[in-house]
Amino acid sequence: MSQTEMFCCVAVMAGITYIIRVLPITVFHRKISSVFIRSFLYYIPYAVLSALTFPAIFTSTGDPVSSAAGTALALLLAFFDRGLVIVAAGAVAAALVFG
Amino acid sequence: MKEFIYGLRRGIPIAAGYLSVSFTFGVKAVNDGIPVWIAVLMSLMNLTSAGQFAGVSLIMAQSSYLEIAAATFVINIRYLLMSLALSQKLEKNTTLLQRLVVGYGITDEIFALASTEPEEIAAPYMYGLILLPTAGWTAGTALGAMASRVMPASLSSAMELGLYAMFLAIIIPPARRDAAIASVVLTAAVIECLLHTVPVLSAISTGFQVIIASVLAAALGAAVKSIKEEG
Repeated sequence: MSQTEMFCCVAVMAGITYIIRVLPITVFHRKISSVFIRSFLYYIPYAVLSALTFPAIFTSTGDPVSSAAGTALALLLAFFDRGLVIVAAGAVAAALVFG
Repeated sequence: MKEFIYGLRRGIPIAAGYLSVSFTFGVKAVNDGIPVWIAVLMSLMNLTSAGQFAGVSLIMAQSSYLEIAAATFVINIRYLLMSLALSQKLEKNTTLLQRLVVGYGITDEIFALASTEPEEIAAPYMYGLILLPTAGWTAGTALGAMASRVMPASLSSAMELGLYAMFLAIIIPPARRDAAIASVVLTAAVIECLLHTVPVLSAISTGFQVIIASVLAAALGAAVKSIKEEG
C-alpha cells in the first residue's frame, strides 16, 4: 500500500470516529430509550478488547513460550487489579525473561 | 478562563497515561511497516487506542476502505453513548461550533472525568481537559515511532504483548466484579478463537472477525442481562 493510500485509510478512520463522537452531542437531546441498545453499547468495549486480545496475545511476541509467560502474568496482575502500567510492564518483563 | 485552567489540571494524569500507551502504539505501528508521519497523524486525527491498533493491522493486511470503515465504526461505537451522555451534561447555551470541537476529544478517559463532574460542564473546561491528553497522545506516538528504530528487536516484540496486557488490565477487573461482563469477554474470546482456527471461517479477514465476535458477544450479553437504568 502506498503512503497516499495509507493516508486515505487514516482519513477514513478519522472521519468515521469523528462522526460517531460528534453526532449525538450536536443532534440528540434525549436519551436512547431502548434498553437493549444501551446494554449492547455498554458491553461493546469489553467484547471488542477481548476479541482483539484473543487469540492474538498468544502469538504477540513471535515466540509461544514468552507469549504464554507474559499472558499468564498479565492475567494474574489484572485479576488482582494492579492497573494498566503494572500489568503491561509485568507482562513485558515476563516475556523478556522467558524470551 | 478559570474553567479552562481547571480542565487543564484535570487532564494532566490522563496525558501522562496516554504518553506511555501511545509510545507503545508508535513502536508497533512503525514495526508493522507504517511510516512515522502516518503514525503521528493517525494519533492526532483519531485519538483512540483500540481503533488505531486495529487500523494499523488492517492497513498492513491491505484491507479495503469499507473494511476499515466498518471496523472503526464497530470498535468506536461506544463513543455514541458517551457523546450522548455529555450532551445532557453540557451547559445549555453551548454553541454548535463549541460542540463540534468538544466532540473531537471524547475518549474513554476524558469522558470518565467529564461525566463525573458534580456540576454542568462548559466548553472551555472541555477544551482544557482535551488539550494535554491530545498533546501527550500525539507526542508519545512520535517518540515511540522514532525509538522503534533503535530499540532491540526482543524488547519491541515484548512490547507488543504489553498492549494486549493493557487490554486485559481494562477488561479483567470489571469482569471479575460482574458475571455478565465476564461472560461477554469469554464469549468474544471463544468466538474470535473459533473464527481464527475453523478452516472456512479463518478465511474471513481479521477486521470482520473482530466485528462478528464483538457484536455477537455484546448482543448476547444485552439479551441475557440488560444494564440497570441509572441517571
